Amino acid sequence: MILPPDFQDWFARQGWHPHPHQIALLDARGDTLLIAPTGGGKTLAGFLPSLVDLQSHQGGLHTLYVSPLKALTADIARNLSRPVADLGLKIRIEDRTGDTRASQRARQKVDPPDILLTTPESLALMLSYEQAPKIFGGVKRIVLDELHALAESKRGDQLMLCLARLRSLAPDVTVTGLSATVEDPQALAYFMGGAHIINADPGPEPDIAMLATENPAPWAGGGGHYAIPEVLAEVKQANTTIIFINTRAQAELFFQALWAANDDNLPIGLHHGSLSREARQRVEAAMAAGELRAVVATGSLDLGIDWGAVDLVIQVGAPKNIKRLVQRIGRANHRYNAPSRARIVPANRFEVIECVAALEAVHEHDLDGVPRPPGPLDVLCQHILLTACAGPFDADALFQEVRRAGPYRALSRAAFEDCLEFAATGGYALRAYDRWQRLMLRDGLWRLRDPRATRDLRMNIGTIVEAEMLKVRLRGRGGTPLGEVEEAFAASLEPGDTFLIGGQTVRYEGLREMVVEVTKQPTRQPKIAVFSGVKMATSTQLSHRLLDLIGDPGRHAVLPPDTSEWLALQAQVSDLPRPGVLVSESFPHMGRWHFALYGFAGRNALQTLGLLMTRMMEEAGLGPLGFLATDYALLIWSLDPVTDPALLLDRAGLRAGLGDWLGGNAVMKRTFRNVATIAGLIHRNLPGQRKTGRQATFSSDILYDTLRKYDPDHLMLRITADEARRGLVDFDRIEEMLDRSPIHDHRMLDRVTPLAAPLLLEVGKVPIAGQGRERLAAEQAAALMAEAGLT
Amino acid sequence: MSSYDFDFGGQRLQARPSGALCWPTRRWLIVADLHLGKSERMARRGGALLPPYETLETLDRLQAEIVATDPVTVVSLGDGFDDDAAGRGLPDAICDKIRDMALEREWIWVNGNHDPGVVDSRLPGRNTPELADELLFRHEAGQGLDITGHYHPCIQLAGQRRRCFLIGEQHLILPAFGAYTGGLSVDDPALARLVASGIAVACGARALPVPVRGRAKA
Repeated sequence: MILPPDFQDWFARQGWHPHPHQIALLDARGDTLLIAPTGGGKTLAGFLPSLVDLQSHQGGLHTLYVSPLKALTADIARNLSRPVADLGLKIRIEDRTGDTRASQRARQKVDPPDILLTTPESLALMLSYEQAPKIFGGVKRIVLDELHALAESKRGDQLMLCLARLRSLAPDVTVTGLSATVEDPQALAYFMGGAHIINADPGPEPDIAMLATENPAPWAGGGGHYAIPEVLAEVKQANTTIIFINTRAQAELFFQALWAANDDNLPIGLHHGSLSREARQRVEAAMAAGELRAVVATGSLDLGIDWGAVDLVIQVGAPKNIKRLVQRIGRANHRYNAPSRARIVPANRFEVIECVAALEAVHEHDLDGVPRPPGPLDVLCQHILLTACAGPFDADALFQEVRRAGPYRALSRAAFEDCLEFAATGGYALRAYDRWQRLMLRDGLWRLRDPRATRDLRMNIGTIVEAEMLKVRLRGRGGTPLGEVEEAFAASLEPGDTFLIGGQTVRYEGLREMVVEVTKQPTRQPKIAVFSGVKMATSTQLSHRLLDLIGDPGRHAVLPPDTSEWLALQAQVSDLPRPGVLVSESFPHMGRWHFALYGFAGRNALQTLGLLMTRMMEEAGLGPLGFLATDYALLIWSLDPVTDPALLLDRAGLRAGLGDWLGGNAVMKRTFRNVATIAGLIHRNLPGQRKTGRQATFSSDILYDTLRKYDPDHLMLRITADEARRGLVDFDRIEEMLDRSPIHDHRMLDRVTPLAAPLLLEVGKVPIAGQGRERLAAEQAAALMAEAGLT
Repeated sequence: MSSYDFDFGGQRLQARPSGALCWPTRRWLIVADLHLGKSERMARRGGALLPPYETLETLDRLQAEIVATDPVTVVSLGDGFDDDAAGRGLPDAICDKIRDMALEREWIWVNGNHDPGVVDSRLPGRNTPELADELLFRHEAGQGLDITGHYHPCIQLAGQRRRCFLIGEQHLILPAFGAYTGGLSVDDPALARLVASGIAVACGARALPVPVRGRAKA
């Protein structure tokens, strides 16, 4: 395909030259994966072949575009409308998301547009219609945007299963994947089922450095507030700045501190996923209109809308992940050919070292990433049920089709049969549902026993399982919605408690019809809002770099003087953690023994290790009282000292603990809830649910406990155990830590060591429960009775 | 003793940590909202195929209570079955288990809104819409002093949601005993209307009394 003359003229009229990668995509035959930095005209490149082809199109759906964000589809529709109008192309472009009106959805079923813009979930829904073969049978091109982001979660697995279905419906379709810079483009190409890779010019090297501050980073904590004056000075000099912060709670606190010091009243906004949609849209609109000088944001701004005017990115807190840092830096892309500018603000001394290590990695183009696990089976269970919604299917044909999806290319027939069995009968050892199977085999084809089930199944589409959230609203008639908090957090509030949301301190008044009612309370010190989403752990590669740097005193000169002096002191009184050596220390402090283990395995893995080790300490009679895990270290305090950590780090013992005792832990229950929801064991969004005045549905914990007791080999438990190797439990990284550290170096010391001291200042201590929770509840009940005059 | 003893309607009663109510002077054991056959009913109606073990789980706990209290009379306070068909659909083995538990005891099924019909013939005991004795037992709270179920009351305590008894002046409301049952917060208007102020007794390892809505009478 060559660029037709009128397209060349159009480029010329804009004063543009087509980028080489845009031409390369036109030339490409077969499926392609385009890797290009932000601002490289990626999306136009993806659509150019469609626009050229659509000059002579006969109607029907021609191009399907899938993006992870609803907002992005709207943005793309706007951006495409200009070249389409200028070139006089007679084509219809429509989007189809959760927000699309029912009338338009109905029309799209019979009369689809030329270009349809959608999300993975809406695509899965459309493929579950009986009309799917008619709608998609003639599709010529598929564009998958932000594929790197989709590939990081189960949304990507679902999308790839849908893609396999589309390839069956439209065998001649050409697929184009668009991705930001990733560490392993070939893996991403496999993920989309095989593709020719086109690398765009990465552009000039970024201008990235630590933000120089007058005060050094504090010993502990995650706020980064010490750098507020310098951050404000940078914002003042730049055109538009995005200030990225790792968690929503920290973003709230930083935003508040920033405003307190904002003497020039610079317009600065706040953007994170717990704010109400109205609040987020206001900030996005103000940003697009160039009315904001800065926005404090979390990952909610990682993707999407291209605000051309952003010329500075400030990352507050250690980046945790080199790839994500590089992608964030790319947001400061005022001009494609100008270097992106970014500054990093470590929040504490450990993070100073992590930031230095991350900067080195960025300069060496050494991106991190873990190999993708094979396609998860809960997503496959959902896919099988949705396939049945579209019509009867043949198991052999579906198995072959699923294996054409990249993540499922190595799927075994046995695993497929397990999923089919689950979808059909629930897959229980006690075969209780033979009369009420969900899927029945008739005339060699699997079909829904009760076609009315399609409604529930379609309501349950998707792989994003949010924590139960409650809306927060100012008290009073028509009170302003402020955002959402997790139900668990709301449950911990007592009337009169204060917390931060949307940059203001509010007072909890009560819960009314599933809405948290609050009043403004500008002066009080807030109880911090805990949005306990998935905690991002420092990546394996970055942890290794960190360990390399700490363990090599010859390189400490690259660190700020206060940091290198800190490490030198540690080397003097104890030892430095280093590659191959797992350093730990026992020392008394405030009447308790403390045990510090410098594992550098990320906070999720070290938290799991804390749970497992304290359990073993309990059995050994050491009297553990609590522990604390960071990305770098684990600190346990106890009545008696740990003298031989090797006994507690015994691999078989840890594995047994994971399968047995940790099985009942809340983290596992949360993992199970996600798995069971995706697979369709638990339904969400059922209309009428969670209404006031009705009993809330029972918790998924009950299902988990019941299965563990009566059907321990059930598919859902096997998937849960598999997920525990990663994510919140992250047992794989405990094993990785043991693998890479053949030598244990344990020191018995008489006082706190320099490296351990900051740990003692951290928040987030986990008390060891045992009978603790019962006692706590009894004490609280007794106090309430006494308060009410009862004994 | 981990139960909570209290007076209601002139009788000494005992809220057990399991969620069962004991009337020691008469040796009665009362449980509400067993919802036996719930997973089967959901499957029959085309819903999720939940782990089909909740009936067994519920009966195991009931059996433990029967062993512990050796009652003369066992009362299921309505919604013993998730619907009438669920009662008829119980496997024979489950019916046998219930018959064994009912040996040499009186067994009474009070009807609930889920199970208004006649109990399956394979099961022991008798049906009644309500049970008037020295105390009035029925499924849903009404006019006058009564002991009921239906609402599945729950309370938040030390960051945990627990099933609870709700004890007011006119009404004593039992927690749901069935495994797959949700709950309604004692703060909900529906429960606030019935019990303006009183005591909630949270279930768990121990029965924990907590005042609800203002100053309760000692």
